[in-house]
Amino acid sequence: MAFRSIAAIGSLVFLLFVSSSQAQTLRVGMTTTDLPTTGGIPDNGSEGGRFAGYTMYDALVNWDFTKVDKSADLTPGLATEWKVDPADPQTWIFTIRQGVKFHDGSVLTADDIIWNFDRHLNDKAPNYDRAQAGSYRNYTSQVDKYWKIDDTHIALHTKVPYSVLPYMISRVFIVSPTQYRKIGNWLDFQANPSGTGPFKVEKINPHVSIDLVRNDDYWDKTRIPKLKKLILMPIPDANTRVAALRSGQVDWIEYPAPDSIPSLKAAGFQVVTKPYPHVWAWQYNTTEKSAFHDKRVRLALNYALDRDGMVELLGGTAKPSIGFYDKESKYFGKPSVIFNYDPEKAKALLKEAGYGPGGKKLDITVQLPTAGSGNMVPLPMGEVVQQNLRDVGVNLTYEVVDWGTMLSSLRQPPGAPNTPHRDGIAHGLPLGDPTNFYNEFTSMAFAPSGSNWSLYKNEKVDELSRKAFETFDPAERDRLIAEAHTIVVDDAAWLFVVHDLNPRALGKNVVGFVQAQSWYQDFTQLTVKD
Amino acid sequence: MLLYIVRRVAYAIPIALLVSLVCFMLVHIAPGDPIDSIVPPDTPKEAVEQVRREYGLDKPLPVQFAVWLSHVVQGDLGRSIASRRPIAGDLMLASGKTFVLAVTAATIGFSLGVALGSLAAFFQGTWIDRLCVGFAVAGVSVPHYWLGMVMVIIFSVLLAALPAMGAGPSDWVWDWVHIRFLILPAITLSVIPAGLITRTVRGTVIEILNQDFITTLRGKGIRRSGLLLHVVKNAAPTVLAVMGLQFGYLMGGSILVESVFSWPGTGMMLNNAIFRRDIPVIQGATLVLAMFFVLLNLIVDLVQTAIDPRMRRT
Repeated sequence: MAFRSIAAIGSLVFLLFVSSSQAQTLRVGMTTTDLPTTGGIPDNGSEGGRFAGYTMYDALVNWDFTKVDKSADLTPGLATEWKVDPADPQTWIFTIRQGVKFHDGSVLTADDIIWNFDRHLNDKAPNYDRAQAGSYRNYTSQVDKYWKIDDTHIALHTKVPYSVLPYMISRVFIVSPTQYRKIGNWLDFQANPSGTGPFKVEKINPHVSIDLVRNDDYWDKTRIPKLKKLILMPIPDANTRVAALRSGQVDWIEYPAPDSIPSLKAAGFQVVTKPYPHVWAWQYNTTEKSAFHDKRVRLALNYALDRDGMVELLGGTAKPSIGFYDKESKYFGKPSVIFNYDPEKAKALLKEAGYGPGGKKLDITVQLPTAGSGNMVPLPMGEVVQQNLRDVGVNLTYEVVDWGTMLSSLRQPPGAPNTPHRDGIAHGLPLGDPTNFYNEFTSMAFAPSGSNWSLYKNEKVDELSRKAFETFDPAERDRLIAEAHTIVVDDAAWLFVVHDLNPRALGKNVVGFVQAQSWYQDFTQLTVKD
Repeated sequence: MLLYIVRRVAYAIPIALLVSLVCFMLVHIAPGDPIDSIVPPDTPKEAVEQVRREYGLDKPLPVQFAVWLSHVVQGDLGRSIASRRPIAGDLMLASGKTFVLAVTAATIGFSLGVALGSLAAFFQGTWIDRLCVGFAVAGVSVPHYWLGMVMVIIFSVLLAALPAMGAGPSDWVWDWVHIRFLILPAITLSVIPAGLITRTVRGTVIEILNQDFITTLRGKGIRRSGLLLHVVKNAAPTVLAVMGLQFGYLMGGSILVESVFSWPGTGMMLNNAIFRRDIPVIQGATLVLAMFFVLLNLIVDLVQTAIDPRMRRT
């Protein structure tokens, strides 16, 4: 009897320890609250694009992951080349790649590309995606007309000369019209999608996982996945993600909490970090209602900040930010001010502006989200800033809100009706392509039409940015943006805090992953050992 | 009796209406906008407005509520703003998962509670009593969230014995592959009802044991097992009422436990919906949960009536 129960317990323990992992299967824990939508218009921000976009689909223009030593840039996708019509700077001509097959076996044609743009833009077309097209308007809004030129060429026409169009449409994923016609509606298409990407969908378990398998027929032979399967699971809670990795339920997690990193490293997990286009900053309220109208105050806070201390708090998963762009970026320019930690200089600047001992007291209110995509760990980071500012006599109060509330606040610039006074909003944001700069710092992009919540206006910045968008010479465009960025830094338009280093933790069994300097990553070159 | 049931079911209608209305208003009083969570932050305002129109969120609030209500009456809970999936189907799926968790947690919690509570009462004042009461106090006081994390650290991370998250690879089946996933969340979730039921059972049983009829029964020389029967019959209505309510809470899906274990039930669904301001999902889920409570209360009342003649209605 006793022997029997011991045997039973023994076999139970054995069963408990048997892991369900399979060779050549990579299981990923994402930070998203749910599965990103899988029908070619992935939601959940850049993470959605990372996992349910470039894995399953291609755009006309893709992101290049091969040059990992610098910020990722564009590379031909389903278009082999593109150029602006010499006769008309608003017309772009794309050459469509030949011989590409969708996962359902049908062959990609120029008509399919037009059909895909109909999905996004033509509300008269039968395949117009009424439910989702709006959420991607951001990536199509400059296109007003498009047509097929011949079987290998299509044209996109922009509302104004717009030199960064290829960046803009790099999130317009091309899906299979044949599959759609077979299924008949976009909702069910999500359960059985078909694209051209390096992975194809095997199964979608709603709210639980997206199971992808290798596409052996992928058109780019150098990027046929080495993995057999890629399984994507949403695990929104940071502690649960770490536990899932440590218990062997997943092989890879996105954004481990900074304080879990030392123990992960000690337990033999790989923690990879790489710069990518991201900044965590405060958008200052630069209107007359706020102390930040005065450039000296804006500068002072930038000097008051101990960025190295912040990096230490973040366990090295970030690097100090002294501009919107990182100082190694081609867009950084040559600012005359370099923000080092100098509380004395900060105090002097504040005194000059009339604050501090013998002057006015500086009380400010800033909105701070509790979490959210790209926001890192806002609460402890906010506390560091608060302490730094207290040291130079600034009294900072936070208005702590959840992410959804903050996103709405960003659409209510200072002075908008029913909006309480705020001196700033603290958050993290992407700066993947030049459109972000335009959207944050020019007066053409004042919120709510654009993202310039600060209502920051500098005529020189406006002019340079406008020119950059009309210049079709990439080198000249980069130079113009760098020049505009120089002004933004010298003007201390924002409080620049840190650039995130995009930490992710991988099991020992994951081999050959090279992190690209991008919001998106390549899953085709890595392998998983037994 | 039938009339009573019909009347009780009819009461559910105004309750449902009121719950929906309050919930609808609360969602709209809170800052934040569902559209902002589905479009990228730098989407131009015109595009945002267009999306708002497409989702019908540009209409005045009373109109939005009326439209929603007219659909619900026809059995259509609408679609999620975030995923565009029909809510009814997702809610069914999530309720199923929560039901599995709730039933397991309730079974563990209620049996433990009844056993410990009775033990404590029969051995009132002894060390057994103090042990049981200690457990009960710890059970109701320990934060779920913390306990869940500790369980994960011990059983998933250190011992690598049980999975840390999820509800298994496919639709729910009662096999070991799936039950492995259920153990930690169910135990975590059972602790509060176990503690509460222990205290309720203990209190009720002690009260009964002090009543005159027990003294009389004892005086008549009834055996211990016979005494137990009388105690159970008298304690059952109170304990059942508490259990019904507790089961209602468990069915609501503990938001915290489901989030810690990424258990795809109603709690997690509601939590995600709140963060994304997914109004139709919040509305639908709240309505269904409110109906659960109404139904459970009805069942508890009926069962109580059945076992306690004093409560029998005409």
